[in-house]
Amino acid sequence: MIDKILATPEAALADIHDGATIMIGGFGNAGMPVQLIDTLIGQGARQLTIVNNNAGNGDTGLAALIKARRVKKMICSFPRQADSWHFDGQYRAGEIELELVPQGTLAERIRAAGAGIGAFYTPTAYGTRLAEGKETRRIGGRDYVLEYPIHADYALVKADRADRWGNLAYRKTARNFGPIMASAARCTVVQVREIVELGALDPESIVTPGIFVQRVVRVPASASLGKAA
Amino acid sequence: MKKLDRNQIAARVARDIPQGAYVNLGIGLPTLVANHVPEGREIILHSENGVLGIGPRPAPGEEDEDLINAGKEPVTLLPGGSYFHHADSFGMIRGGHIDFCVLGAFQVSAAGDLANWHTGEPDAIPAVGGAMDLAVGAKKVLVMMEHVTKSGDRKIVERCSYPLTGVACVNRIYTDLAVIDVRPDGLHVVEMVDGLSFEELQRLTGAPLKLGTAAAKAA
Repeated sequence: MIDKILATPEAALADIHDGATIMIGGFGNAGMPVQLIDTLIGQGARQLTIVNNNAGNGDTGLAALIKARRVKKMICSFPRQADSWHFDGQYRAGEIELELVPQGTLAERIRAAGAGIGAFYTPTAYGTRLAEGKETRRIGGRDYVLEYPIHADYALVKADRADRWGNLAYRKTARNFGPIMASAARCTVVQVREIVELGALDPESIVTPGIFVQRVVRVPASASLGKAA
Repeated sequence: MKKLDRNQIAARVARDIPQGAYVNLGIGLPTLVANHVPEGREIILHSENGVLGIGPRPAPGEEDEDLINAGKEPVTLLPGGSYFHHADSFGMIRGGHIDFCVLGAFQVSAAGDLANWHTGEPDAIPAVGGAMDLAVGAKKVLVMMEHVTKSGDRKIVERCSYPLTGVACVNRIYTDLAVIDVRPDGLHVVEMVDGLSFEELQRLTGAPLKLGTAAAKAA
């Protein structure tokens, strides 16, 4: 019997190695897998490259991972926010690397990794500082920048419901990066509010089919609530 | 001269957005536009994080941490609204499906170059978000900003001194003093506030302006 459900988040993250590239879902705190991140902090892996839209808000979730000095490099589109003080401090001190990527390019680079695309041309950032040093090409009278996929060792994703095959349904805008990150990582670990019987999820409303998911952990709703954004 | 306040600029922008348009409102000042859509006009608001059909702010106590906009503020969903993942959301933007985006700006050049993500200061932490995608992807890029900075520096300039967000991407500029179109042959004044002369507007603008027919009549 296929069963991707693990008993604890500790078991789901036990094999993460130092230096791993980890995609972490969420836009701000919506969809951020806070319980998995807390477990990762306890697990102790260091020198991590983290892919997320932001660079942590407040003191919980990704911000706590940065605070614990486990992050060597952030790949993100919008690190600087009113409450991104842990990232800001380490960045100013030269203790954390930043690869700044336009948000749509970040999403498409993740999608491309999951879809087996070798590279793609995008009009975004052409003629700006974020395209400096990159290959460009004029196609049909428009200028494009060549961008490469972002692959990850692990993706940590928060969904609403899952079954033992790893099929996922999300909740509202907490979906954000979940489906594409799940496709782009060698091992995708998902925290969900509820695990349902196989067949209970309407096949029409499964957003991430289980083929993209390796491990599922249930986290009761009260434990998964981060501080409101 | 009567300068427009922020809500009046937002109302002026809203007047130009037609029934049925798909619209993305940037973080900050542009979000005010949603409050000024004329009664009975149905427009569909998009937000980069993966939602179409955004409704008004929720009542206090009704916020849902899973339902936010790109500014990470709590929002509501209108009947007919939908959710989608980030790559689809930016496919809508980059693929030319969004009719209008409204963005703030540090500077706009005579050629319609936009600078709105980075002041270029060496110790500034850069953050770009979806601005570069919106600048190249939306069918019409509308900029909403004060005409000059708080210290009086001109924001409409011959060439941007701040790092660019997009090249030749702005279609129309709405300020507290005027509405200005960016066209291949330069900047055309569409409207000016009451009591402002073209000469005074030109003095406050760092690139040559042309006086459009309608604006000339009104003046």
